[in-house]
Amino acid sequence: MAALSSPLRVCRGILKELRAVHGSSYKKTLAYNYVMDQFRKNKVTGERYCRAQQEAHHDSHTYLCLLTSTRNHMLLHNLYRGKGERSQEEAAGLVGLRLPTQPGGKGWEK
Amino acid sequence: MFRSLVRLQRHFGNPLLSNVCPRSPQCPLALKYSTATAEKKRFYQDVSISQGEGGLYEVNLDKRKLKTPGGKLFTVPNEAMAMAVATEWDAQRDALKFYTMHLTTLCNTALDNPTQRTKDQMISAALKFLETDTVCYRVEEPHGLVELQKNEWDPVLHWIENRYNVTIGSSSSILGPEIPEATKDTFRQHLKSYNFWSLTGLEYVINQLKSVVLSMGLIDRHLSVEQAVLLSRLEEEYQIRHWGNVEWAHDYDMYELRARTAAGTLFVHLSSESSTVKRKLMQD
Repeated sequence: MAALSSPLRVCRGILKELRAVHGSSYKKTLAYNYVMDQFRKNKVTGERYCRAQQEAHHDSHTYLCLLTSTRNHMLLHNLYRGKGERSQEEAAGLVGLRLPTQPGGKGWEK
Repeated sequence: MFRSLVRLQRHFGNPLLSNVCPRSPQCPLALKYSTATAEKKRFYQDVSISQGEGGLYEVNLDKRKLKTPGGKLFTVPNEAMAMAVATEWDAQRDALKFYTMHLTTLCNTALDNPTQRTKDQMISAALKFLETDTVCYRVEEPHGLVELQKNEWDPVLHWIENRYNVTIGSSSSILGPEIPEATKDTFRQHLKSYNFWSLTGLEYVINQLKSVVLSMGLIDRHLSVEQAVLLSRLEEEYQIRHWGNVEWAHDYDMYELRARTAAGTLFVHLSSESSTVKRKLMQD
């Protein structure tokens, strides 16, 4: 049932995510070196069914899913739920009022 | 969903403040109405990993070692996990968003164990959950959903029944399926072979997916994360196809569920690297 995409696709996906996170210097990060190492190490195997390779492939797919979905989740969060509340000045300004200013400061402010 | 997110953010905002940066100048009661919680800024430049005593790996933020919210030193059993956690911390930009750092959260839970869970408690909780497994609860109408549940959930049920030689079955009554004791015993034996960290991760995944069957399918690498999330949200997907998709609710939930499930699965796999030899070899 798990018809995963090829290791090359997954590798490129992970690198794209790393680039999205770090910008152009993604090749200098620890994660880049580790990921490339792992992909190279698991590439060479005999033709027979190699369980460790299958496991590594599934793990790489999982990691790609993790990176993609956290990025998308953060995007949607910032887009729809990132604004927070307005300050008092802005809230007053909605109806055209301004906050009163008191030159000596209010008594309870420090 | 949003409420729990804010609670999580608030929970991890303050304890982490005191441990990692003791001289935090921000007062949480600052008279600023534009942010709901006081945001912690990124205070480090580099993230690196190092190996400490006992072969355990640690994460360093600049020169300081990362600590858990409980005050312990943050240690993980292998390099891959440390790399992934370091990447999470490195991915933070101006503000630290703890709700995106799922692996860090899981490691902190496993290290601190704030609710004092034992392995047996977690195994019993998982088996109890099997009685209310999503995949076993079927509806009787609408017809399209019945068909969809049959076509998508039955194969997974058959797979797990064959894999572990158990009977689970599905039911459309309000009480749910009757799980025989033999099934529970088989699963109990199987789950005993996992270590504490893996069980923490597994419990997390079960809580996210609301299904033991789907979680086992994920852990045994029978399903991918996207597939498992789709199967878990089957009824929602059916309603979305009928009524339409709402990005700020449906997509948001889906990505969050995917992120958490992927983190939990990765956590289990990275924690149980040494125990893969105990499992049955798959026949090809």
